[in-house]
Amino acid sequence: MSISTATLDPTAALQAMAAGATRGYWRSVARRLGRDPVTLTCAGVLLLIILAAIFAPWVMPLDPYKTSMLRRLQPLGSRPYWLGTDELGRDMLTRLIYGGRLSLSMGVAPVVMAFLIGGFFGIAAGFIGGKTNMLIMRVMDVFYAFPSVLLAISLSGAMGAGIENTLISLTIVFIPPICRVSESVTTQVRGFDFVDAARASGASALTIVRVHVLGNVLGPILVYATSLISVSIILSAGLSFLGLGVKPPEPEWGLMLNTLRQAIYVNPVLAALPGVMIFITSICFNLMSDGIRAAMDIKA
Amino acid sequence: MLLYALRRLIYLVPVAFGVSLLVFSLVHLAPGDAISAIVPPDAPQEVIDKLKEYYGFDKPLPVQYFRWLMVTLSGDFGTSIGTGRPVAEEVGSAFVNTLILAVAAILLSSILAIILGTAAAYAKTRIVDRLVTSIALVGVSVPHFWLAIVLVIIFAVELGVLPPMGIGPENATGWRLDGPHLAHMVLPTIALSVIPLGVMTRTIRSTVKEVLSMEFVTAMQAKGLRHSQILFHVMKNAAPTCLAVMGLQAGNLIGGSILIETVFAWPGTGFLLNSAIFRRDLPILQGTTLVLAGFFMLLNLAVDIIQTTLDPRIKRL
Repeated sequence: MSISTATLDPTAALQAMAAGATRGYWRSVARRLGRDPVTLTCAGVLLLIILAAIFAPWVMPLDPYKTSMLRRLQPLGSRPYWLGTDELGRDMLTRLIYGGRLSLSMGVAPVVMAFLIGGFFGIAAGFIGGKTNMLIMRVMDVFYAFPSVLLAISLSGAMGAGIENTLISLTIVFIPPICRVSESVTTQVRGFDFVDAARASGASALTIVRVHVLGNVLGPILVYATSLISVSIILSAGLSFLGLGVKPPEPEWGLMLNTLRQAIYVNPVLAALPGVMIFITSICFNLMSDGIRAAMDIKA
Repeated sequence: MLLYALRRLIYLVPVAFGVSLLVFSLVHLAPGDAISAIVPPDAPQEVIDKLKEYYGFDKPLPVQYFRWLMVTLSGDFGTSIGTGRPVAEEVGSAFVNTLILAVAAILLSSILAIILGTAAAYAKTRIVDRLVTSIALVGVSVPHFWLAIVLVIIFAVELGVLPPMGIGPENATGWRLDGPHLAHMVLPTIALSVIPLGVMTRTIRSTVKEVLSMEFVTAMQAKGLRHSQILFHVMKNAAPTCLAVMGLQAGNLIGGSILIETVFAWPGTGFLLNSAIFRRDLPILQGTTLVLAGFFMLLNLAVDIIQTTLDPRIKRL
């Protein structure tokens, strides 16, 4: 659960794109992805989890909030509770599927917001350079002085439990790494001849950014951002596990792992189930991110 | 070299200033004001005003910040609201416990990662490489607090061979080097080392592979050097990069052990932070965060300097 600060090396991708073969480049990326069984399988698994979570009320007939004192901690395989029931007698399978709603969106949303904010500041720092670059990057250095988990926990600990505060603190955690990667990629692109050529032919700074810079840097930044999703899912589940994120009785994998801890002596397999969901989604996001990176010819 | 170290240290000053600003503002992020956390809700207004004056909360924010900074720099981190003991004392003893666990975990994961990563880079068959990359992938993808629970289920609940929680027998709060204390360390150490193991194995594998493809390796082979001699040179070239990752991971371990410490009730900084959050013990929250961030900064500085000593080409600044 640590954020790698290694900068990306998109040289090969940039050269392919800069060679004026943008369409051909994206076509070959798509072709390479289509031939990658691992990435496709992971995408399929994730799609299944996401669709099940969205259409949960239609997929699962049982109520995820309905407790039953009589049917607490039923073992796996008992009907109609295929995966048993939790410590309050709620159906596990239903709650695991519903749990995908909060767990996935709380994992993905901070990365999306950090991508927008961090990407903006990173590209600005890289393109403008000089004092602006200094200022932005030094502010980011301050956040780098904290281990990521500590920063997330201290921020949401100070602000108090709740979904919004978790989202805010996780976004703050992911802005600096995305900003740093955006800055380095933009600085690289700015050095290419076509930017000078555009400037020489009288294009305004805004046009250069919109046409020449954005088109070339967004891909690598996006790839880097996707590699953060698995970290974000684990971190947000971890915050809920500590009681800092989602509040009961909402179904969320990290929180379920926490409340089921008291059951490890009674029904150990059941107590471990929510973690399996976190593990599966996190590993799928990691593999998919690796696959996309390889297909886009970006070296880590 | 000394000059470089000094420059890095000076560069750290503005960052440290920013860190202190952020840690200071933690108190003001809290809902309500800091006083409402320590007084009962029905306290009379004059008591609240008096407390505000006592803690300096009636002053403007910049004044408060500089007062806090001066006091903190002199080593006084304030008093815990929960226990009434000095924060420095509480954080200090917890920090030692965290450090013990982190050192064990970083040793375990480094040794395993060096063996696995080098083996994968040298591997002639794809099976070894595949196996090692899978281990690395699991390491970076597994929710480690879940793994901790699974370990407790297997080794403490089902097999009953290892203790499920605590730092030692009979509610011990300090660590000693003896059998029962070591037994308590086994599960937390394993759970804590999976992430660094995954990250480091990945880095070491790709770094060693890159070094192996360099021309000087071929030259040494042509010269007829023994395998062990070549390995020494490869390691020497791969060391700076690997060391940087190890340093970062070590720092993350110390700052990020909160989830593992919570699962195992290990009385370290993470456990302290967690209980401080739920008791709204803001001085402890502030003190712990400051100490951990400060340690993380110094560790990064040390790694940076060692790295440049090993390979002067990568000098920054």
